[in-house]
Amino acid sequence: MAQGIDLILVLAMLLNFLVLGSSRLRACIRAVAFQGVLLSILPLLLHQGDLAVHMVALSAGMLALKGVLFPWLLLRTLRDGSMRAEIEPLIGFTASLLVGAVATVVAFVLSSRLPSLPSMTSSLLVPAAMTTLLISLVVLVSRTKALTQVLGYLMLENGIFLFGLTLVQSMPLLVELGVLLDLFAGVFIMGIVIYHISREFDHIDTYHLTTLKG
Amino acid sequence: MIAFFLALGVLTVSGGMAVLAGRNSRLATCWGVSGALVGCLAGLAPAIQVLMGSAGFSFRSAWDVPYGEFYLAIDPLTAWFLLPVFGVSALAAVYSSEYLRPFGERQSLGPIFGWFNILIASMALVVAARNAVLFLVAWEVMSLASFFLVTFEDEREEVREAGWTYLVATHLGTAFLFVLFTLLGRQAGSMNFDQFSAISSMPSVLTAVLFLLALVGFGTKAGFMPLHVWLPEAHPAAPSHVSAVMSGVMIKLGIYGILRTLTFLGPPPAWWGQTFLMIGMTSGVLGVVFALSQHDLKRLLAYHSVENIGIIALGLGIGLLGHSKGQPVMSWLGFGGALLHVLNHSLFKALLFLGAGSVLHATGTRELDRLGGLLKTMPWTAFTFLVGAMAICGLPPFNGFVSEWLIYVGGFRGFLEFTTRSGMWLGLGIAALALIGGLAAACFAKAFGTVFLGSPRESRAHPLHEAGPAMLIPMMVLVGSCLAIGLWPHRVVQFMMPAISGIYNETPSLNIEGMASALAGLMMVSATAALFLCITLALVVLRRLSLSNRPISQTVTWDCGYTAPAASMQYTAASFAQPLVRLFQSVLRTQSHEQAPAGYFPASARLTSHTPDVATAYLFLPLFAKVRRGLEGLRWLQQGRVQLYLLYIFITLVVLLVWKLGV
Amino acid sequence: MSVIPLLLSLGLALVCPPLLLGVIHKTKAILTGRVGAPVLQPYYDLWKLLQKGAVYSRTTSWVFRAGPLVSPAAFLTAALFVPLTTPSALLSFWGDVVLWAYLIGVARFITVLAALDTGSSFEGMGASREVTFASLAEPALFVALAVIAKVTGSVQLSEMFGPVLGQAWRTAGPALALAAASFFLVLLAENARMPVDDPTTHLELTMIHEVMVLDHSGPDFAFILYGSALKLFLFSVLLVRLLVPVHIGVVWLDLVIVVAGLLGLAVLIGIVESSMARLRLIRVPQLLVTSGVLAAVGLLLVWR
Repeated sequence: MAQGIDLILVLAMLLNFLVLGSSRLRACIRAVAFQGVLLSILPLLLHQGDLAVHMVALSAGMLALKGVLFPWLLLRTLRDGSMRAEIEPLIGFTASLLVGAVATVVAFVLSSRLPSLPSMTSSLLVPAAMTTLLISLVVLVSRTKALTQVLGYLMLENGIFLFGLTLVQSMPLLVELGVLLDLFAGVFIMGIVIYHISREFDHIDTYHLTTLKG
Repeated sequence: MIAFFLALGVLTVSGGMAVLAGRNSRLATCWGVSGALVGCLAGLAPAIQVLMGSAGFSFRSAWDVPYGEFYLAIDPLTAWFLLPVFGVSALAAVYSSEYLRPFGERQSLGPIFGWFNILIASMALVVAARNAVLFLVAWEVMSLASFFLVTFEDEREEVREAGWTYLVATHLGTAFLFVLFTLLGRQAGSMNFDQFSAISSMPSVLTAVLFLLALVGFGTKAGFMPLHVWLPEAHPAAPSHVSAVMSGVMIKLGIYGILRTLTFLGPPPAWWGQTFLMIGMTSGVLGVVFALSQHDLKRLLAYHSVENIGIIALGLGIGLLGHSKGQPVMSWLGFGGALLHVLNHSLFKALLFLGAGSVLHATGTRELDRLGGLLKTMPWTAFTFLVGAMAICGLPPFNGFVSEWLIYVGGFRGFLEFTTRSGMWLGLGIAALALIGGLAAACFAKAFGTVFLGSPRESRAHPLHEAGPAMLIPMMVLVGSCLAIGLWPHRVVQFMMPAISGIYNETPSLNIEGMASALAGLMMVSATAALFLCITLALVVLRRLSLSNRPISQTVTWDCGYTAPAASMQYTAASFAQPLVRLFQSVLRTQSHEQAPAGYFPASARLTSHTPDVATAYLFLPLFAKVRRGLEGLRWLQQGRVQLYLLYIFITLVVLLVWKLGV
Repeated sequence: MSVIPLLLSLGLALVCPPLLLGVIHKTKAILTGRVGAPVLQPYYDLWKLLQKGAVYSRTTSWVFRAGPLVSPAAFLTAALFVPLTTPSALLSFWGDVVLWAYLIGVARFITVLAALDTGSSFEGMGASREVTFASLAEPALFVALAVIAKVTGSVQLSEMFGPVLGQAWRTAGPALALAAASFFLVLLAENARMPVDDPTTHLELTMIHEVMVLDHSGPDFAFILYGSALKLFLFSVLLVRLLVPVHIGVVWLDLVIVVAGLLGLAVLIGIVESSMARLRLIRVPQLLVTSGVLAAVGLLLVWR
């Protein structure tokens, strides 16, 4: 069991690197979606004691949102927006990968400083969460397209979700509902933003927002 | 000890005689070279004796200099550093007898032979001195002697420029040493080194400050990044045998200074080791990356000195970390690797610089992209250069591998042992060492390939000639030593044992599991190297057998269908290194000026590129500019009248008197 | 430990390498719907080349002739350290992993020099690419080896890839999986396989390894072909030992398992080569950095 959880967490961490290293938006969207799917399995594996109904519901909801709905929405935007399916990063892919590696090291060092909770089933949980958070920030900072920004937020949410899992025993629903709501609002708003940007400027590159300043 | 004094005496006297011989260049050469040879051989004797296990020598006599004492001693650590000081310098002196001959027609050779012998004597004095004042005097003489050697061809603008850079850098470094020794002297109440090491306890802040002072002061001489700026300027400017001694021997005295200072400072905290690991990684990786982007053969070699100093620093870091964490075997391996690399680097770097000198001697250029195909005209130089290149890349069966192996194994030992952050540092160090190894091989494939392989890129007016015996014999001796250390490393390491245990006075028992396996490993390295040579020989025979009675023909290189290939179409050094240079563009900041081909039948196109030193361009020049702007307010002090300066001196004197006598 | 298993594994290491190439070629042929050359074709090629005379370029010197001798000699020496079936290889000592990696470095260095000796710009280009990718693969290889060293507590190839691994997979599975993935990428890059290099391309401009050896002929070329097959074999054996840490104790059975693993790996390489295009050269460094990052994450995992 513990091996299975570790394996899922490691895979989730590697998907971060896939997002950093890939030049294809489509691949990135799929990677983030797959990350969401992986994470949605985790609550089922992590539970202690009986399998509560709300856990299953949580997993199912997560799977439906992150594994199906969001990727579908994003892929549709990609298709309809008729933009180039290539990422234009501010720093090169190789450099991004190295930055990602450094972020991972930082995450591991930082999480070793955190007090460990007795409820944690896997010691990888916090490092994985922290890694995902940091790398999502890297993505947010170093990619210009609005769509990649959405992807970055989704990864950020995945990281927060992982953090939430450490608390899932003590205060499950509270954390989760808040998180999911947050996310839903985020994607909703970003969808509007993308729509507007693509209407006004004919492509969705947030870099062009800089032309707005006086 | 008598032999040592004899060495110092012979070197100084013969140096003086060479100067007196003046314009008679043959006489000057005779005095200089024979004096250097005799002196160095005499000096090697006590060093070898001490390393063979006899008790150390020491000599003290009163000296009129305040706080000074003429106090010399040869312990194993000193003896180990005396080996390159005397050994490599003697070979370089022999080499210079032929190398300098063309210069003798234009200018007097007296001074260069004189300063060269003084340089050897002062280097020997630096490692033997046991009094801080004596040490600093010797250190300063060494710096000045090498400055005059660097500026030998002072009619060239870039040589004067390089000389100034070197002079400024070395004196800034020495300033730190003054502070270091003054602070130590105040603690110990004497300027003698044995008093320094007897200091019972120092506040940890003070030891930290002393450590950092030593790091900067000696690090400038050794060439740690970013204090290395003088190396790529001075080495190409100096005559080649001087570059060989400066790069092979003199910069190692910076390492000696650090090791000697460590013996004063008591047990090291872990962060010293980590600092050295960090320095080692930056110097090593950046040194080799900068070397890759160079077009000048000697400049390239100078950056490789930075790289190898980085490898030595990695070894020191592993040694210090091992010592502070109570891992005697790891500490032994780290220090052992560092010390052996000191000797090894002095051998192969001298070999490479002498080889570069022979190329320069024959062709008159150091530009890689104007050379090519020299292997056919200078077969022996090419052979020695190849051995040096393989040794410096750490490839078996040569000596470079042995010291890198020791450092790797020491690093791995700590890496497997520690579970804390130190282990992480070691992991990074190992990865960095691997990267350095790969990049160094790339760089020397480029250097050897463009200079010696293929066909000449430019046609020359007169046919090239192989270097004469006085230049080749020293290089062959160096080749022999590189191979010997590679084939019999366990012998050399046994020789080195007392020097390693001299650093922290600890000798791990040979019976500990780790020590036994390390020494057995060395035997196996040696056996494998021999086996490798045997298998190669067997394949030689096999090929000869399979080719007997079969046609062997000669033709042109496969030209991929193009019918008129020319020598100028060969891959150049710049294009060879281009993929790697572009990969590291963010640190290298190579500037290229391009005139692209235009039209359907382009007549001409140009591409030039050069890589300024990142530390000079982005750290020191802005810093010095800022300092100058800051000091501009004091310009009014400088009126250029002698009387005014005398007045300043007078005022200073009065102020000091008033201050000290406390009116 | 008796002598027979040692000799047996040595013999296997000497004889097997071209077979791996044959299996790769056959797999690719089948996947692309061809009949393909016989599995033993590499042996026939070697034999044919050994029967021939030699042609040397006028530009070249002894360095060019030394290349095809020194590189297989280095691989042969390195082969003595690789544990094939028996618990320990023929030679083994604490720290031999460094020697092993550097012997491979010697072979590369001399091959690159031999290529530069021809003075051909194409071979220079290949040499340049080779050293570029190799110097990036080197740290990745060492970090991957460091993961395995940390897990098994040894830097001796025979122990790192020995029976301890079976237990280690249970305690540090994810880390070892990452190391194995990284090692696989290094294997592909070091042995000039897809997606780094296309061993079957016909255009000199796009080659890396093949272009460096364009001018070698006859027995020299046979040595080179054998040497590169041996190199692939060495990397493959280590990867198979890493992935299939089964040790029954009966020499014959262990041998069968390793050989089966090798054949499986060859088929896998064949599948990778038929399903992937060669990467653009500019993307190859990214692949190698990825390989290093994979291994580094593995290292972090064992570190906690």
